[in-house]
Amino acid sequence: MSLYLASKEIWRNRGRFLLFSLVVALITMLVLFIAGLASGLSAANREYLSDLDAQLIVYQENSDYLINASRLPMDKAPDLGRIPGVEEVGAIALTNAAIWPAGGGEAFDITLIGVEPGKPGEPALNSGRGLRGSRSREAIIDKRIAEELRLAAGDTLTIKSTQGTQEEFFTLTVAGVANRQYYQFLPSVIVPYRTWEQIRPQETEPQADAEFIPNVFAVKLQPGVDAAEAQAAVLRTVPEVLVADLQTAIESIPGYSVQQSTLNTQRFFTLLIGLLVLGGFFQIQTLQKIGQIGMLKAIGAANRTVAGASLWQIAIVTALGVGLGGLVTFLLTLGIPPEVPLQLTGATIASTTLLLLLIGPLAGMVSIRLAVRVDPLTAIGQ
Amino acid sequence: MSPMLNPVVETAELEKRYGDASRPIRALAGVDLIVDTGEFVAVVGPSGSGKTTLLSTLATLLTPSSGTIRVAGQDLGSLSESERTVFRRSKIGFTFQSNNLVPYLTARENVELMLRLNGTLNKQTRPLAGELLDRLGLGDRLNSYPNQLSGGEQQRVAIARALVHSPELVLADEPTASLDTERAHQVVSTFASLIHEQGRAGIMVTHDLRMVRYVDRVVRMEDGRVASILEDPAAIEALAQGAPMPVSIPAPIEALVA
Repeated sequence: MSLYLASKEIWRNRGRFLLFSLVVALITMLVLFIAGLASGLSAANREYLSDLDAQLIVYQENSDYLINASRLPMDKAPDLGRIPGVEEVGAIALTNAAIWPAGGGEAFDITLIGVEPGKPGEPALNSGRGLRGSRSREAIIDKRIAEELRLAAGDTLTIKSTQGTQEEFFTLTVAGVANRQYYQFLPSVIVPYRTWEQIRPQETEPQADAEFIPNVFAVKLQPGVDAAEAQAAVLRTVPEVLVADLQTAIESIPGYSVQQSTLNTQRFFTLLIGLLVLGGFFQIQTLQKIGQIGMLKAIGAANRTVAGASLWQIAIVTALGVGLGGLVTFLLTLGIPPEVPLQLTGATIASTTLLLLLIGPLAGMVSIRLAVRVDPLTAIGQ
Repeated sequence: MSPMLNPVVETAELEKRYGDASRPIRALAGVDLIVDTGEFVAVVGPSGSGKTTLLSTLATLLTPSSGTIRVAGQDLGSLSESERTVFRRSKIGFTFQSNNLVPYLTARENVELMLRLNGTLNKQTRPLAGELLDRLGLGDRLNSYPNQLSGGEQQRVAIARALVHSPELVLADEPTASLDTERAHQVVSTFASLIHEQGRAGIMVTHDLRMVRYVDRVVRMEDGRVASILEDPAAIEALAQGAPMPVSIPAPIEALVA
């Protein structure tokens, strides 16, 4: 009965209800875009770190968990390796550089990462092979660089780096291609650590025997070892270090938490606006129908019927709007260029959609309450 | 008129009071009324005389403060709110002054609504709405929406809705309020003939005395009481033509009832 009344009313006023579904669709698109942006920006900031085959990051003491502010001597590695439960330790050094495109054009900014071949820090590969030798002039590039510059394993690329007052160019052979490995919004080129020391931008000309000083160590634990216990063990045994699990390390990337909370606030307010707009619409709608609802009750329609009709309407309008908005958003994302940091995963879409479907009935509570409270007596004597 | 054993409407000492107990406003101040099957009654009287309150009480939309009220053999005082809702949709038919029809349902759907509400819309009852509308001269407007119908047509759809589920009591609240004279006569005369034909009890509240010529009895209310009752067809016809309504009750109510 409720569904009958609800669908009849929607069909008779389909223009108005469709318009409202469009508003819901736009709100859905906005919420989805913000969610996609939050997830895309988050990924672009941390991808390299979250993909690490390691559980702990070891920093220099007093570095405040800032990778760029941390410098640790290589001789910490054996100390870390001896801690019970630690399987492998890998040194990691990060800096910014650029790829000089072979055919000219603009330099392509990258994060240049120095790692120990075969140790934690070297990403998993999609194609090609891993790094060999700490001084070899070869690199692992991430998928985005491979696609943008059309590079594959075996090709060469040129790194442009300012050393002293000179612009130096280093040619590297692509050994392998990994998944996207963004760090601080730049795609990554991963090189052996001694190569990194030679080619990184620096204030003076590099010396041939310069010591490599990594920023942090990635620590891979043996399976089943508790990360918190291992963390405590690191602090007990190795002097002058800080240690964090991956999640803390990610949240400590400068700007990461602030950016995410900004986007989450936006998402929250967009949902709130959606709630109020929907609630307002249905409330006005119900207020306009007070006489009609009174008449329905007077001829014997139960409160359940009247409230159910309102709920159905809201559910139908919301579902239609959310479905439409989701579909349009999906179609739009197909045409979005890869440099836009928009990442809409199934999980993001599902959770956002569910949330949006819930605000409809929530927004309808006021109007349902109004409808239930209409006195059928209003039908008489008017 | 000889009363039947089980009248459709039977009220005794019916009172409805508002306000605080020390200085109550008595909207109904002791109404005794009996309406039989097949009888069409007009309730007339000035504003504030209690006729709307009487109608609302008979419709189970108001509960009386004291006195008894039986409709279709049911003591209304003993019904819970949800029982009253069920009672309204099964035993009572309604027409209202305004907001009569559901705007997003066609004429036929508006009439069928009563069957749907009662859960009695089926193969046998499905043609009823169309037949009734056809009988009321709306055979070609079955699929029209209320805003495509004139005021008179809307009232006739409401009449069909008030009768389609075979209620025992049909209540009409100012059915001619928004109609011109010709339409008003047409609507009320059809209403009256259907009530007589189908053997319902009908009560019409109206301020339009021209309409009383179609009823069997005129009850005039004043200050919450039945001030006078007319049953003589000639007297009713005279009233319809503009003669004054006798102000005092010609005989005790009991005498009329008995």
